[in-house]
Amino acid sequence: MKSQRLSEAARRSAPARGSWKKTLAAFVSGGTIGLIGQGLLELMQRVLGLDAQAAAGAMVMVIVFAAALLTGLGIYDKLAQICGAGLFIPISGFANSLTACAMEGRSEGPIYGIGSTMFKLAGSVLTYGIVAAYTLGIVRWAVSFL
Amino acid sequence: MKTMHFQSVFVAAAATAGGPLEKQGPLGEKLDVGFDDLYCDEKTYEQAERRLMSEACRMALEKGRCSVDQLDLVLGSDLLNQLATSHYFARDLQVPFIGLYGACSASALIAANAAMWIDSGRADTVLGMTSSHNATAERQFRYPNEYGIQKPPTTTTTVTGAGAMIFQRQPTSIRLTQATLGRIVDWQFTDANDMGSAMAPAALDTICRHFEQTRTGFSDYDLIVTGDLSQVGRTMLIDLFEQKGMDPGGKLVDCGLLIYDPQHQPVFSGGSGCACSMVVTIAYLFDLLQRKALHKIMVVATGALLSPVLLQQKESIPCVAHAVVYEGTVGQP
Repeated sequence: MKSQRLSEAARRSAPARGSWKKTLAAFVSGGTIGLIGQGLLELMQRVLGLDAQAAAGAMVMVIVFAAALLTGLGIYDKLAQICGAGLFIPISGFANSLTACAMEGRSEGPIYGIGSTMFKLAGSVLTYGIVAAYTLGIVRWAVSFL
Repeated sequence: MKTMHFQSVFVAAAATAGGPLEKQGPLGEKLDVGFDDLYCDEKTYEQAERRLMSEACRMALEKGRCSVDQLDLVLGSDLLNQLATSHYFARDLQVPFIGLYGACSASALIAANAAMWIDSGRADTVLGMTSSHNATAERQFRYPNEYGIQKPPTTTTTVTGAGAMIFQRQPTSIRLTQATLGRIVDWQFTDANDMGSAMAPAALDTICRHFEQTRTGFSDYDLIVTGDLSQVGRTMLIDLFEQKGMDPGGKLVDCGLLIYDPQHQPVFSGGSGCACSMVVTIAYLFDLLQRKALHKIMVVATGALLSPVLLQQKESIPCVAHAVVYEGTVGQP
């Protein structure tokens, strides 16, 4: 049977993906994380008296810790199924990928398990984050001569 | 290869074990052993899967009043690399062992092979077993279990469970009469999150070949049960039959939709995995055959034979479906 006819049959039987609902959930949840982050930033600067740079670092730590904790409790993946990119794109998604991989590697021990599998998914983010930072840094340095 | 016909291959006993989601599902009460936790009282998920397999085999041997020493051969299959569950469990049995890989088509592949051994007279008692575990399959084929990625509605849920069947020549209430082995069907489909659509053409191929070779049709069977096409794949298969001018007429059901309640359980499109068709065949279909509610059924176990590495190299998903026909026997208890 021709692939095209099969593709058409597959398309007919595919369930609706409900994209606008998912887009809305991602928008609201991603925005909420942004709001929480901004709230923490204000709190740390005004109440704890940290300077802007230290407050930003502390805020990220709180979000990362919360995401890791929720992952460990088995809640994060259920929330992520609803929120999608809203939880995937912020730094909480990065924290979740590290924690989930570390948990997965637990049965193979601290070296071959946790240590080496921890960066299985986050590795790409780190690699290309660093490559992008270097590339843009060189571009900026070159532009400064103009 | 033509459809194989068997004169005297009978299911002497069969048993199942399942995890928490399966225990809460529609077939929960029919499971011989059910666990409330994915770890099944073990330390790792891999050990948990082996525990499920061991419980299913123990119960099958007990039900068939059979000892391990009486087994001439054990056939095993699971989803893990190196068939880890089957091999690590079978080392304790000390019985000649053959491991077969057919992904989720294992239940029919194992039954057909067991029937060949019995029918040829080279073995008197054969144990066939399969298992799958949601967490071990998820980490091997997809992502870490706690990874927060949004799954599309076409995704299937790997069944946590195991099943074991003992085949003999002495008559019992369930007879394995025919088997049609599947050929690999690959229609260049690449979405690993939609195995139902990937496998539906393989199921179509095997069912049509079986019909042709046995000169039968939908009307000759009480039910034709596919392995794990799930909602998406079953809809596609019915569509493909209709295109060929054949009407399944409500006789086409899928194990992935019978083991769970897709309306109320978080299973996406339905169940999948080696244990899916095995557990449903034993816990549900055999029960109906024994109670004479069904007389003749065809189980078409479907398997997506993908390799995660080759998928990343932009290869497609080869699929297979194996069919076995079970009949209730008259006069047997």
